[in-house]
Amino acid sequence: MSLAERQDLMDHSSTVWNGGEGSVSDYVALLKPRVMSLVIFTAFVGMMLAPGSIHPVLGTVAILCIAIGAGASGALNMWYDADIDEVMSRTAKRPIPAGKITPEEAFAFGMTLSIGSVLTLGLLVNWFAGAFLAFTIAFYVVIYTIWLKRSTPQNIVIGGAAGAFPPMVGWASVTGGVSLESFVLFLIIFMWTPPHFWALALFKKGDYETAGVPMLPVVAGETNTRHQILIYSILLAPIGVAPYFMGYASLFYGVSSGFLGLAFVAMAADIWRKREGDVARKACLRLFKFSIFYLFMLFALLLGESLVAGI
Amino acid sequence: MDNNEQGIVLTDEQKKKRRSRSIAIAIVLAALVLLFYLVTIVKLGPDIMNRPL
Repeated sequence: MSLAERQDLMDHSSTVWNGGEGSVSDYVALLKPRVMSLVIFTAFVGMMLAPGSIHPVLGTVAILCIAIGAGASGALNMWYDADIDEVMSRTAKRPIPAGKITPEEAFAFGMTLSIGSVLTLGLLVNWFAGAFLAFTIAFYVVIYTIWLKRSTPQNIVIGGAAGAFPPMVGWASVTGGVSLESFVLFLIIFMWTPPHFWALALFKKGDYETAGVPMLPVVAGETNTRHQILIYSILLAPIGVAPYFMGYASLFYGVSSGFLGLAFVAMAADIWRKREGDVARKACLRLFKFSIFYLFMLFALLLGESLVAGI
Repeated sequence: MDNNEQGIVLTDEQKKKRRSRSIAIAIVLAALVLLFYLVTIVKLGPDIMNRPL
Protein backbone atom coordinates (compact mmCIF):
# COMPACT_ATOMS: atom_id res chain seq x y z
CA MET A 1 0.00 0.00 0.00
CA SER A 2 1.37 3.41 -0.90
CA LEU A 3 2.06 6.09 1.69
CA ALA A 4 -0.77 8.17 0.24
CA GLU A 5 -3.25 5.33 0.80
CA ARG A 6 -1.97 4.69 4.32
CA GLN A 7 -2.42 8.35 5.20
CA ASP A 8 -6.00 8.28 3.94
CA LEU A 9 -6.81 5.52 6.42
CA MET A 10 -5.32 7.44 9.33
CA ASP A 11 -7.44 9.44 11.71
CA HIS A 12 -6.78 12.98 10.57
CA SER A 13 -7.67 14.55 13.91
CA SER A 14 -4.77 12.79 15.57
CA THR A 15 -2.14 13.59 12.97
CA VAL A 16 0.35 16.30 13.77
CA TRP A 17 0.89 18.91 11.10
CA ASN A 18 4.52 18.81 10.05
CA GLY A 19 4.40 20.77 6.81
CA GLY A 20 5.90 24.11 5.91
CA GLU A 21 9.46 22.75 5.93
CA GLY A 22 9.99 22.79 2.17
CA SER A 23 12.20 25.42 0.56
CA VAL A 24 11.80 26.61 -3.03
CA SER A 25 14.55 24.23 -4.16
CA ASP A 26 12.72 21.28 -2.56
CA TYR A 27 9.65 22.12 -4.64
CA VAL A 28 11.83 22.41 -7.74
CA ALA A 29 13.23 18.94 -6.93
CA LEU A 30 9.63 17.61 -6.90
CA LEU A 31 9.41 18.53 -10.58
CA LYS A 32 12.22 16.05 -11.47
CA PRO A 33 14.22 18.70 -13.40
CA ARG A 34 16.39 16.14 -15.23
CA VAL A 35 13.37 14.29 -16.64
CA MET A 36 11.86 17.68 -17.41
CA SER A 37 14.87 18.72 -19.50
CA LEU A 38 14.51 15.59 -21.66
CA VAL A 39 10.79 16.31 -22.09
CA ILE A 40 11.51 19.92 -23.11
CA PHE A 41 14.05 18.71 -25.66
CA THR A 42 11.85 16.01 -27.26
CA ALA A 43 8.75 18.25 -27.28
CA PHE A 44 10.78 21.00 -28.93
CA VAL A 45 11.97 18.58 -31.62
CA GLY A 46 8.35 17.48 -32.22
CA MET A 47 7.34 21.10 -32.57
CA MET A 48 10.16 21.95 -34.97
CA LEU A 49 9.50 18.91 -37.19
CA ALA A 50 5.77 19.56 -37.47
CA PRO A 51 4.57 20.98 -40.79
CA GLY A 52 3.45 24.59 -40.62
CA SER A 53 4.63 27.16 -38.13
CA ILE A 54 3.84 28.56 -34.73
CA HIS A 55 4.53 32.06 -33.43
CA PRO A 56 7.74 31.96 -31.31
CA VAL A 57 5.89 33.33 -28.26
CA LEU A 58 3.16 30.67 -28.58
CA GLY A 59 5.84 28.03 -29.19
CA THR A 60 7.59 29.09 -25.97
CA VAL A 61 4.25 28.94 -24.12
CA ALA A 62 3.63 25.42 -25.45
CA ILE A 63 7.08 24.17 -24.37
CA LEU A 64 6.64 25.83 -20.96
CA CYS A 65 3.24 24.18 -20.46
CA ILE A 66 4.51 20.74 -21.55
CA ALA A 67 7.51 21.13 -19.20
CA ILE A 68 5.33 22.17 -16.25
CA GLY A 69 2.89 19.34 -17.03
CA ALA A 70 5.79 16.87 -16.99
CA GLY A 71 7.05 18.38 -13.71
CA ALA A 72 3.56 18.11 -12.22
CA SER A 73 3.45 14.40 -13.17
CA GLY A 74 6.80 14.01 -11.41
CA ALA A 75 5.44 15.66 -8.25
CA LEU A 76 2.31 13.46 -8.28
CA ASN A 77 4.52 10.41 -8.87
CA MET A 78 6.61 11.33 -5.81
CA TRP A 79 3.43 11.89 -3.78
CA TYR A 80 2.20 8.38 -4.51
CA ASP A 81 5.56 6.60 -4.48
CA ALA A 82 6.98 8.10 -1.27
CA ASP A 83 6.95 4.67 0.41
CA ILE A 84 9.00 3.14 -2.42
CA ASP A 85 11.33 6.13 -2.60
CA GLU A 86 12.26 5.91 1.08
CA VAL A 87 13.65 2.37 0.77
CA MET A 88 15.56 2.79 -2.51
CA SER A 89 19.08 4.26 -2.33
CA ARG A 90 18.62 6.22 -5.59
CA THR A 91 15.50 8.03 -4.37
CA ALA A 92 15.78 8.15 -0.55
CA LYS A 93 16.90 11.80 -0.61
CA ARG A 94 13.84 13.02 -2.52
CA PRO A 95 11.92 15.78 -0.67
CA ILE A 96 9.07 13.59 0.70
CA PRO A 97 11.15 10.69 2.11
CA ALA A 98 13.64 13.27 3.41
CA GLY A 99 10.77 14.85 5.42
CA LYS A 100 11.02 18.28 3.78
CA ILE A 101 7.65 18.21 2.02
CA THR A 102 4.56 16.34 3.21
CA PRO A 103 2.68 14.08 0.77
CA GLU A 104 -0.32 16.43 1.00
CA GLU A 105 1.80 19.43 0.01
CA ALA A 106 3.28 17.48 -2.94
CA PHE A 107 -0.22 16.40 -4.05
CA ALA A 108 -1.57 19.96 -3.92
CA PHE A 109 1.49 21.28 -5.75
CA GLY A 110 1.26 18.59 -8.45
CA MET A 111 -2.49 19.02 -9.00
CA THR A 112 -2.25 22.82 -9.17
CA LEU A 113 0.51 22.67 -11.77
CA SER A 114 -1.26 19.92 -13.76
CA ILE A 115 -4.51 21.85 -14.04
CA GLY A 116 -2.67 25.15 -14.62
CA SER A 117 -0.47 23.79 -17.41
CA VAL A 118 -3.34 22.03 -19.21
CA LEU A 119 -5.63 25.08 -19.06
CA THR A 120 -2.87 27.46 -20.16
CA LEU A 121 -1.88 25.23 -23.10
CA GLY A 122 -5.54 24.87 -24.11
CA LEU A 123 -6.39 28.55 -23.79
CA LEU A 124 -3.27 30.01 -25.36
CA VAL A 125 -2.18 27.40 -27.92
CA ASN A 126 -4.92 24.91 -28.84
CA TRP A 127 -7.34 22.65 -27.00
CA PHE A 128 -6.25 19.45 -28.74
CA ALA A 129 -2.71 19.93 -27.38
CA GLY A 130 -4.18 20.83 -23.96
CA ALA A 131 -6.32 17.67 -23.89
CA PHE A 132 -3.34 15.58 -25.04
CA LEU A 133 -1.22 16.99 -22.20
CA ALA A 134 -3.99 16.18 -19.70
CA PHE A 135 -4.13 12.63 -21.07
CA THR A 136 -0.33 12.31 -20.77
CA ILE A 137 -0.32 13.45 -17.14
CA ALA A 138 -3.26 11.14 -16.29
CA PHE A 139 -1.55 8.24 -18.08
CA TYR A 140 1.69 8.70 -16.13
CA VAL A 141 0.07 9.23 -12.75
CA VAL A 142 -2.96 6.92 -12.85
CA ILE A 143 -2.07 4.16 -15.35
CA TYR A 144 1.67 3.94 -14.64
CA THR A 145 2.29 5.16 -11.07
CA ILE A 146 -0.89 4.10 -9.30
CA TRP A 147 -1.85 1.02 -11.30
CA LEU A 148 0.90 -0.70 -13.29
CA LYS A 149 4.15 0.09 -11.46
CA ARG A 150 3.24 -2.06 -8.44
CA SER A 151 1.30 -4.76 -10.25
CA THR A 152 3.13 -5.91 -13.39
CA PRO A 153 6.72 -6.44 -14.59
CA GLN A 154 5.61 -4.86 -17.88
CA ASN A 155 5.21 -1.56 -15.95
CA ILE A 156 8.09 0.09 -17.81
CA VAL A 157 6.79 -0.90 -21.25
CA ILE A 158 3.34 0.64 -20.88
CA GLY A 159 4.39 3.41 -18.50
CA GLY A 160 7.10 4.38 -20.98
CA ALA A 161 4.34 5.58 -23.27
CA ALA A 162 3.81 8.57 -20.97
CA GLY A 163 7.42 9.60 -21.46
CA ALA A 164 7.04 9.12 -25.21
CA PHE A 165 4.05 11.45 -25.65
CA PRO A 166 5.83 14.87 -25.33
CA PRO A 167 7.06 15.07 -28.97
CA MET A 168 3.48 14.30 -30.06
CA VAL A 169 2.15 17.05 -27.78
CA GLY A 170 4.78 19.43 -29.24
CA TRP A 171 3.69 18.42 -32.74
CA ALA A 172 0.01 18.87 -31.80
CA SER A 173 0.76 22.38 -30.51
CA VAL A 174 1.67 23.37 -34.07
CA THR A 175 -0.78 21.31 -36.15
CA GLY A 176 -3.69 20.83 -33.74
CA GLY A 177 -3.61 17.07 -34.37
CA VAL A 178 -1.49 13.94 -34.62
CA SER A 179 0.03 12.18 -37.63
CA LEU A 180 2.02 9.09 -38.58
CA GLU A 181 5.26 11.14 -38.47
CA SER A 182 4.66 12.27 -34.88
CA PHE A 183 3.63 8.72 -33.97
CA VAL A 184 7.07 7.49 -35.14
CA LEU A 185 8.72 9.97 -32.73
CA PHE A 186 6.52 8.44 -30.02
CA LEU A 187 7.51 4.91 -31.09
CA ILE A 188 11.24 5.69 -30.90
CA ILE A 189 10.99 6.72 -27.22
CA PHE A 190 8.44 3.99 -26.48
CA MET A 191 10.72 1.20 -27.76
CA TRP A 192 13.80 2.84 -26.21
CA THR A 193 12.40 2.97 -22.67
CA PRO A 194 12.38 -0.78 -21.80
CA PRO A 195 16.03 -1.57 -22.68
CA HIS A 196 17.10 1.72 -21.07
CA PHE A 197 15.36 1.00 -17.76
CA TRP A 198 15.95 -2.73 -17.68
CA ALA A 199 19.70 -2.15 -18.11
CA LEU A 200 19.46 0.07 -15.00
CA ALA A 201 17.19 -2.41 -13.22
CA LEU A 202 19.68 -5.26 -13.80
CA PHE A 203 22.34 -3.58 -11.69
CA LYS A 204 19.89 -1.98 -9.24
CA LYS A 205 17.91 -5.20 -8.83
CA GLY A 206 18.44 -5.32 -5.06
CA ASP A 207 16.87 -1.88 -4.64
CA TYR A 208 13.67 -2.85 -6.46
CA GLU A 209 13.50 -6.11 -4.51
CA THR A 210 13.67 -4.23 -1.20
CA ALA A 211 10.98 -1.82 -2.35
CA GLY A 212 8.71 -4.61 -3.63
CA VAL A 213 8.48 -3.11 -7.13
CA PRO A 214 7.92 -5.92 -9.65
CA MET A 215 10.65 -4.87 -12.09
CA LEU A 216 11.36 -7.50 -14.73
CA PRO A 217 14.72 -8.75 -13.30
CA VAL A 218 13.03 -9.25 -9.89
CA VAL A 219 9.98 -11.11 -11.18
CA ALA A 220 11.06 -12.87 -14.39
CA GLY A 221 14.74 -13.26 -13.61
CA GLU A 222 17.90 -11.82 -15.10
CA THR A 223 18.05 -14.20 -18.09
CA ASN A 224 14.55 -13.29 -19.23
CA THR A 225 15.39 -9.58 -18.81
CA ARG A 226 18.50 -10.02 -20.99
CA HIS A 227 16.37 -11.67 -23.71
CA GLN A 228 13.86 -8.82 -23.58
CA ILE A 229 16.55 -6.11 -23.67
CA LEU A 230 17.93 -7.71 -26.84
CA ILE A 231 14.49 -8.09 -28.46
CA TYR A 232 13.49 -4.48 -27.78
CA SER A 233 16.88 -3.24 -29.03
CA ILE A 234 16.49 -5.18 -32.29
CA LEU A 235 13.01 -3.67 -32.72
CA LEU A 236 14.22 -0.18 -31.80
CA ALA A 237 17.07 0.01 -34.35
CA PRO A 238 14.86 0.05 -37.51
CA ILE A 239 12.29 2.36 -35.88
CA GLY A 240 15.13 4.81 -35.21
CA VAL A 241 15.84 4.91 -38.95
CA ALA A 242 12.12 5.21 -39.90
CA PRO A 243 12.07 9.06 -40.17
CA TYR A 244 14.49 8.71 -43.12
CA PHE A 245 12.33 6.11 -44.88
CA MET A 246 9.22 8.19 -44.27
CA GLY A 247 10.89 11.13 -45.95
CA TYR A 248 11.20 13.67 -43.16
CA ALA A 249 14.87 13.12 -42.42
CA SER A 250 17.92 13.15 -44.70
CA LEU A 251 20.19 10.34 -45.80
CA PHE A 252 22.74 11.62 -43.26
CA TYR A 253 20.19 10.99 -40.50
CA GLY A 254 19.37 7.58 -42.01
CA VAL A 255 23.01 6.45 -42.00
CA SER A 256 23.81 7.95 -38.56
CA SER A 257 20.74 6.48 -36.88
CA GLY A 258 21.48 3.14 -38.56
CA PHE A 259 24.99 3.03 -37.05
CA LEU A 260 23.75 4.18 -33.66
CA GLY A 261 21.06 1.48 -33.77
CA LEU A 262 23.66 -1.17 -34.63
CA ALA A 263 25.82 -0.04 -31.69
CA PHE A 264 22.73 -0.24 -29.44
CA VAL A 265 22.02 -3.82 -30.55
CA ALA A 266 25.71 -4.76 -30.16
CA MET A 267 25.70 -3.52 -26.54
CA ALA A 268 22.41 -5.32 -25.84
CA ALA A 269 24.00 -8.50 -27.24
CA ASP A 270 26.97 -7.88 -24.93
CA ILE A 271 24.60 -7.81 -21.93
CA TRP A 272 23.03 -11.02 -23.25
CA ARG A 273 26.45 -12.75 -23.44
CA LYS A 274 28.02 -11.51 -20.18
CA ARG A 275 25.85 -12.80 -17.38
CA GLU A 276 28.07 -13.00 -14.30
CA GLY A 277 30.18 -10.71 -12.16
CA ASP A 278 31.72 -7.35 -12.79
CA VAL A 279 31.81 -7.64 -16.61
CA ALA A 280 28.04 -8.17 -16.61
CA ARG A 281 27.50 -5.07 -14.47
CA LYS A 282 29.78 -3.04 -16.70
CA ALA A 283 27.90 -4.17 -19.83
CA CYS A 284 24.59 -3.04 -18.27
CA LEU A 285 26.02 0.31 -17.22
CA ARG A 286 27.49 0.80 -20.71
CA LEU A 287 24.15 0.21 -22.44
CA PHE A 288 22.35 2.41 -19.90
CA LYS A 289 24.73 5.32 -20.59
CA PHE A 290 24.79 4.73 -24.34
CA SER A 291 20.98 4.59 -24.49
CA ILE A 292 20.80 8.18 -23.22
CA PHE A 293 23.36 9.25 -25.83
CA TYR A 294 21.46 7.31 -28.53
CA LEU A 295 18.13 9.01 -27.89
CA PHE A 296 19.75 12.41 -27.55
CA MET A 297 21.63 11.98 -30.84
CA LEU A 298 18.55 10.85 -32.79
CA PHE A 299 16.49 13.84 -31.67
CA ALA A 300 19.45 16.25 -31.99
CA LEU A 301 20.01 15.12 -35.59
CA LEU A 302 16.31 15.56 -36.42
CA LEU A 303 16.36 18.99 -34.78
CA GLY A 304 19.58 20.02 -36.55
CA GLU A 305 18.14 19.03 -39.93
CA SER A 306 14.89 20.89 -39.37
CA LEU A 307 16.84 24.01 -38.36
CA VAL A 308 19.09 23.76 -41.42
CA ALA A 309 16.04 23.21 -43.66
CA GLY A 310 14.39 26.26 -42.13
CA ILE A 311 17.26 28.62 -43.03
CA MET B 1 -1.88 27.92 26.37
CA ASP B 2 -1.28 24.74 24.38
CA ASN B 3 -0.60 24.37 20.71
CA ASN B 4 -4.25 23.67 19.83
CA GLU B 5 -5.49 27.01 21.16
CA GLN B 6 -2.68 28.96 19.54
CA GLY B 7 -3.10 27.21 16.21
CA ILE B 8 0.03 26.17 14.40
CA VAL B 9 3.05 28.14 15.56
CA LEU B 10 5.78 28.35 12.94
CA THR B 11 9.45 28.22 13.88
CA ASP B 12 11.80 30.93 12.57
CA GLU B 13 13.17 28.49 10.02
CA GLN B 14 9.62 27.71 8.76
CA LYS B 15 8.85 31.44 8.55
CA LYS B 16 12.00 32.00 6.49
CA LYS B 17 11.08 29.21 4.11
CA ARG B 18 7.49 30.44 3.84
CA ARG B 19 8.81 33.88 2.89
CA SER B 20 11.03 32.46 0.14
CA ARG B 21 8.10 30.35 -1.15
CA SER B 22 5.86 33.43 -1.15
CA ILE B 23 8.43 35.39 -3.15
CA ALA B 24 8.71 32.52 -5.66
CA ILE B 25 4.89 32.42 -6.05
CA ALA B 26 4.81 36.21 -6.54
CA ILE B 27 7.45 35.97 -9.28
CA VAL B 28 5.55 33.15 -11.01
CA LEU B 29 2.28 35.12 -10.88
CA ALA B 30 3.95 38.25 -12.27
CA ALA B 31 5.50 36.17 -15.06
CA LEU B 32 2.06 34.71 -15.87
CA VAL B 33 0.53 38.19 -16.10
CA LEU B 34 3.30 39.22 -18.49
CA LEU B 35 2.87 36.02 -20.48
CA PHE B 36 -0.89 36.46 -20.94
CA TYR B 37 -0.34 40.10 -21.89
CA LEU B 38 2.26 39.11 -24.50
CA VAL B 39 0.07 36.34 -25.92
CA THR B 40 -2.86 38.75 -26.19
CA ILE B 41 -0.72 41.09 -28.28
CA VAL B 42 0.56 38.17 -30.40
CA LYS B 43 -2.93 36.76 -31.00
CA LEU B 44 -4.50 40.08 -31.86
CA GLY B 45 -1.43 41.23 -33.79
CA PRO B 46 -1.85 44.24 -36.05
CA ASP B 47 -5.65 43.95 -35.65
CA ILE B 48 -5.37 45.33 -32.13
CA MET B 49 -6.41 48.80 -33.35
CA ASN B 50 -8.85 47.49 -35.94
CA ARG B 51 -12.06 47.15 -33.97
CA PRO B 52 -15.49 48.19 -35.19
CA LEU B 53 -16.93 50.96 -33.07
